[in-house]
Amino acid sequence: MLNARRPSPLPARPSRRGLLAGAGALVVAFRLDPKAARAAAGPNLADVKAQPNAFVRIGADDTVTVVIKHLDMGQGNTTGLATILADELGADWAKVRTEFAPADATLYNNSLMGPIQGTGGSTAVANSWFQLRKAGAAAREMLMAEAAFRWKVPVSEITVADNVVRHGPSGRQARFGELAASAASLPVPSEPRLKDPSEWRLIGQTIPRLDSVAKTDGTAVYSLDIRRPNQVTAVVARAPRFGATVKSFDAAAARKVPGVLDVVQVPTGVAVIARDTWSAMKGREALTVAWDDSTAETRSSDAILAEYRERAKGPGLTASERGDPQAALKSAAKVVEAEFTFPYLAHAAMEPLNATIEKAADGGYDVYAGFQFQTVEQATMAAILGVTADRVRLHSNWAGGSFGRRATPTADYLAEAAAVFKASGEKAPIHLVWTREDDMAGGYYRPTVLHKVRAGIDAKGAVVGWDHVMVGKSIMIGSPFEAMIVKNGIDSTTVEGASDTPYALPAYRFGVHNGREGVPVLWWRSVGHTHTAHVMEVMIDELAHAANVDTVAYRLSLLAQAPRLSGVLKLAAEKAGWSAKPREPGRGLGVAVHESFGSYVAMVADVTAQDAAIRVNRIVAAVDVGVPVNPDVIRAQVEGAVGFALSAVLRNRITLKDGQVQEHNFDAYEPTRMSEMPKVEVHIVPSQVAPTGIGEPGVPVLGPSIANAVFAATGRRLRSLPLDLSGVKGA
Amino acid sequence: MPKLTVNGVAHEIDADPDMPLLWVLRDRLDATGTKYGCGIAQCGACTVHLDGQPVRACQTKLGDVGTAQVTTIEGVNGRVADAVQAAWRKLDVVQCGYCQSGQIMSAIGLLAGNAKPSDSDIDGAMDGNICRCGTYQRIRAAIHEAARSLA
Repeated sequence: MLNARRPSPLPARPSRRGLLAGAGALVVAFRLDPKAARAAAGPNLADVKAQPNAFVRIGADDTVTVVIKHLDMGQGNTTGLATILADELGADWAKVRTEFAPADATLYNNSLMGPIQGTGGSTAVANSWFQLRKAGAAAREMLMAEAAFRWKVPVSEITVADNVVRHGPSGRQARFGELAASAASLPVPSEPRLKDPSEWRLIGQTIPRLDSVAKTDGTAVYSLDIRRPNQVTAVVARAPRFGATVKSFDAAAARKVPGVLDVVQVPTGVAVIARDTWSAMKGREALTVAWDDSTAETRSSDAILAEYRERAKGPGLTASERGDPQAALKSAAKVVEAEFTFPYLAHAAMEPLNATIEKAADGGYDVYAGFQFQTVEQATMAAILGVTADRVRLHSNWAGGSFGRRATPTADYLAEAAAVFKASGEKAPIHLVWTREDDMAGGYYRPTVLHKVRAGIDAKGAVVGWDHVMVGKSIMIGSPFEAMIVKNGIDSTTVEGASDTPYALPAYRFGVHNGREGVPVLWWRSVGHTHTAHVMEVMIDELAHAANVDTVAYRLSLLAQAPRLSGVLKLAAEKAGWSAKPREPGRGLGVAVHESFGSYVAMVADVTAQDAAIRVNRIVAAVDVGVPVNPDVIRAQVEGAVGFALSAVLRNRITLKDGQVQEHNFDAYEPTRMSEMPKVEVHIVPSQVAPTGIGEPGVPVLGPSIANAVFAATGRRLRSLPLDLSGVKGA
Repeated sequence: MPKLTVNGVAHEIDADPDMPLLWVLRDRLDATGTKYGCGIAQCGACTVHLDGQPVRACQTKLGDVGTAQVTTIEGVNGRVADAVQAAWRKLDVVQCGYCQSGQIMSAIGLLAGNAKPSDSDIDGAMDGNICRCGTYQRIRAAIHEAARSLA
């Protein structure tokens, strides 16, 4: 059995019904604006209740099982979260195991998402920091109390380390496993003592990941590896254009394909159910479907950008405004005017979307997937299956990447799995598999975006005004969360990173037009920052050059009120041996610095640009994430952010031709490969500030640091992504 | 009925000889350590060994395997395999881990024929294996580490 429960739990975890008792009603107070959430909830994070029962079990065999409420899609949060609890508990790291939490928002909500259980916005460690410390500390005090009772000694004389409780004066000691069962019945201390940083033994140390062995011997179970008794596989023929619907279909030939068991219509298309994946794919090839395009998006991406360009002539909705930039620009000594465009991007996680669903003997449903938005996913599937949310049990697995794709406000692929299962008559367990082509052409892209900026400096080079307009489709408008997080038509996940720029710009306006195309869009590793940071950091670079000031010094002069940003910028520049002078012809350094999700990252890129080829030789990064819970995982996330984002900087784009996606697999949308990977050095700022995340913040600065390095190397200013030197004339 | 020897165990497989080895392994033998990533030999997630040589299982038809010995991540062993897996763990290479079965099978194939690969040898042997998490720096380091430990 998968995820078999270990015996001898510390305190038994009470079974609770989910908050969402109504059948799939998405009536939830939702807060996904990390900044607002942090501002509102930040001070309260430390006030979280101590809940050792929810987060740790200690077995008689001395194993310490930490319950992980988040999806681990590679970012290493399983290791980080376990580290936090284990350190407070005094656990022996070799005894620490993890298991993924069930869907239960009363226990496992993300404190930065309100009552929603979900993973995103680089919040896993940030929202769990006090919660897991308190849980670990409470469990430690319960074990100490049990030992004091048994040994009839003052609890103040008891110490805990490495899974052992000791009474120094008498020399008595006991393993956690010997005390746990009795300790579990003791009252939970409401305010356990949290360790001083000087007492930490795991936090801040480089300790091995907990998933390294299972992920190197083939035993780690991903959703695609779920095998239930009598399981069958489904693939769905979906419309080639977003928004189209099935007009009619002919399944006669498909049904004749060996292994095909059934063909059923679902809201998203026509599902072919077969004995195995190969037969399902062959069956789908034999299927004939006529699509009704009357409600479909039929434009090409060029046409959508052309519409954006036209709309950018107007001021848009005001997301941010101070001073009068229009007037200031009239008095400027120099004005830089620039347009930036960004394509749609697919997440293209290595494990394509998939989920397995089966009906249990008790009439409930068991679903196996990489759940990233449990509360929404559970409610959405329950509504389709016609049961209350608590009747849909979610079993989380390791996820083969996500980069945001597995968390959709519509729970899209899970809703489809439920619909296929229902249409199939709910007989055998069904594994819905999206092929690579399905996954890539399936929408929910990083939005295509256009920015237009006019910025001016005075005779001394100081910024006097900055007038900024962007056009892009909101992720939240049209989603169930629109009413909660879109204010005055402005989606904070669209404008973050620019409307709240930390640069001291005396006169500034940020206007936004919401895109209206029928292409589903979604957060893509670092969300709005994927484009806003690029625009801000390339523009600042342009102004520094216009002012004839070193670009690091220029940034620092505008960041006097932003010490953590200045700190990482100085550190990265120092470690990279910053110099604005080209090292050799065609080779240059570029810099960028940005805050996202409460974490601060600067990068210096060393780039060779010759003819049309851009080669990134080296990236030096400095990061400030508060307390570095696991420095090696932090370094890995920044190295990975470079590898992940590099192909988006250099070549990736999803394009539409008459509404049809043109890229279907890794040949046309090619991720970074080994031979292109630059050397990456990561320097971590020591800190005792409460930790923030690092899954995403390495991404936003890569593009602008490379674009600025290309300028240093060639004098050519590339403003749009992907960077393309082939058609650009010298600046 | 086509026969197949996987990790030293012989199987009779009731499947179309055109079925890719990838799906035979995953859906007929429940050997799920070998991953599906693209189906067109662009990503290397499905890399297995045929008589010790790395191949893409998504492009290898069941009917073409013949008497060749199939080795997957679940069954790979020996001095080189142990060194590669140990290096992967020592350097904590993995992130999501989904591609790593294929990366490791390619790396074992490289080191089995080249005891001391240069960076450009590594580029040549590993460029067909995509890691979307971008763990390439550590994969490279782990291959060098494994080579050192085997020397």
